[in-house]
Amino acid sequence: MPGSAIPDAPAPSTPRNLPEKGGTANPSAAAIAAKFGNAYIRSEVVWGDTTVYVRPDSVLEIVRWLHDDASQRYDYLSDVTAVEYRDPEQEMEVVWHLRSLPYRRFLRLKAPLAKGAPLAVDSVWPVYKGADWIERECYDMFGITFRGHPDLRRILMWETYREGFPLRKDFPLRGRFSRAEQLRQALSITTEGRYSMEELSVAQAFEDLPEEMRRRLAGGERTGE
Amino acid sequence: MATKTRTVEVALGTAGVDADGRAVRTPMTVTENGAVSTLEPPPLGPAPELQGEHMLINIGPQHPATHGVLRLVLELDGETVVRCVPHIGYLHCGFEKIGEYRQYNQIIPWTDREDYLNSIGNNVAFSIGAERLFGVEVPPRCTVLRVIAMELSRIISHLVWLGTTCIDLGAFTPFLWSFQERENVYNLLESWVGARLTTSATRVGGMAADIPDGWVEQLRNFIRTFPRTVDECDRMLTRNGIWVGRTTGLGVMSSDEAINYGLSGPMLRASGVAYDVRKDFPYLDYETYDFEVPVGSHGDVYDRYLVRMEELRQSTRILAQAVDRLPEGPVNSSDHRVILPPKSRAMSDMESMIHHFKQVMEGPRPPVGEVYVPVESPKGEKGYYFVSDGTAKPVRWRIRPPSYVNLSAIPKMVEGHLLSDVIAINASIDIVMGEIDR
Repeated sequence: MPGSAIPDAPAPSTPRNLPEKGGTANPSAAAIAAKFGNAYIRSEVVWGDTTVYVRPDSVLEIVRWLHDDASQRYDYLSDVTAVEYRDPEQEMEVVWHLRSLPYRRFLRLKAPLAKGAPLAVDSVWPVYKGADWIERECYDMFGITFRGHPDLRRILMWETYREGFPLRKDFPLRGRFSRAEQLRQALSITTEGRYSMEELSVAQAFEDLPEEMRRRLAGGERTGE
Repeated sequence: MATKTRTVEVALGTAGVDADGRAVRTPMTVTENGAVSTLEPPPLGPAPELQGEHMLINIGPQHPATHGVLRLVLELDGETVVRCVPHIGYLHCGFEKIGEYRQYNQIIPWTDREDYLNSIGNNVAFSIGAERLFGVEVPPRCTVLRVIAMELSRIISHLVWLGTTCIDLGAFTPFLWSFQERENVYNLLESWVGARLTTSATRVGGMAADIPDGWVEQLRNFIRTFPRTVDECDRMLTRNGIWVGRTTGLGVMSSDEAINYGLSGPMLRASGVAYDVRKDFPYLDYETYDFEVPVGSHGDVYDRYLVRMEELRQSTRILAQAVDRLPEGPVNSSDHRVILPPKSRAMSDMESMIHHFKQVMEGPRPPVGEVYVPVESPKGEKGYYFVSDGTAKPVRWRIRPPSYVNLSAIPKMVEGHLLSDVIAINASIDIVMGEIDR
């Protein structure tokens, strides 16, 4: 129940006149720094919200501790997303927005992904089932691999989408391919391309497909959504 | 010959409804293997000897009961859903990408089109977020007007939900009632900002327009008449045997599951978690309004219906309080970093004209920083996350879409239910594909 861990606290109120930098930090930031000294990079308070920068390879460990520990109880995952900056020298960041309903706290975790390293972090799906589609979207839009995600495939774009990752800064607003090429690809999608191989194999639907289609699918041709 | 009278007793009971017409509920129980149920387990008969094939059914994307362009691929064993694979993205427009190429005020029209049943609420949510990023405070009149906008928007959204869900489950009349009331709200919005659906009503630091003369009286009239419609729908549905029978015990999520799956809004509250952003992380002075957060106890489709009906009444309460306290004064902030000079001065005064020109052509620049500001949209926790590098266009504008996260739990909710129940469960999520696909 929201606020149940702080029975005597005053009722929350609308924040006013927040300072741009500084202000009261979320106590979880200090707790992470004390507990995960190697993974902790720094923390800052911007417009009243605390951001903790951590190393990407320990995110799952930290998130699991934040979720399970009785003094933290971050039981609600608001969002997972990524930020790529316009400055090509700046590292891409993966952002987690966590919320503790019992303590009424909000925490932003950020993991900078080093330049040149593969874009990959651990999935928080083992802790929050709600991360499933949010991480899929992040993969779809930025190409970040979430290790340990049960079903990491494109979600908003179709599975055979070849133009890359739309929210990356090197992706042009109108897309990589020409309109003619985009139209040609859209028209060339076959009916079975709308189903995934897994779906077609259900229920003997695969057996009912025409011979030629079965041959292509069995040969490993990728199908889309 | 004297006529003899005799009494005949006729049983008028309907399955799932008691003698007073109330839904028969059993408490939510979690079994040993983690399954959640609010229904009595059916008596176990001998296992059927029939052997059959599983069948693959494709619903959507062009199906009226999928509320847009949702596509569900269902694996059926007889009529029971074994597996559900949702496919989304048919309405993907790349709002977040486009936002990186627009000034903050230029993004506001895009927020209309994402959750299009809640467009004015999105405008307000966007402006609250952008104002925190700019460090701008708005005057009290603007705050109260925004509360009115948000609650009107909640009423519109819930009315559309009520009407379309009734249609999905075979009731036509409440659809007409709710859409008639929705027209009344749209008339109010039209006379305020000139548009019905795509309102673009706010700006960073204020509103596009103050309310016109006589608008408050029209709103008071609406507040007076609207509860009658809610009561009528309530009488029509809440103790209706067909409605109760088609909604109880479906798509049950326990409290822990609902939190873990990231559900929000009425979906989460129907499962017994009283999380409402207006109460727990307030904005727009919501802590000063007197209203209740309705909470369900069974987490099924019927409880989601009850929660939304009560939210309609609570929104009316908030509206009445907001109208009473609406102060006089300006609607725009006096902060010249974000607000345009008045048109009369821009046309006669050189400095104002330069200021106007630079504001429009270059756009206001927030400091380097980032904010995530959640609001309670009718669907749940909607948050806008902005990252600024000090230029007039955001580096990243992220929408946290509540119905996207709510919909992601649909395989969990429908599996094991009948095909006809998929429609009811899907309707109870209250999805808007514009927001899910963005």
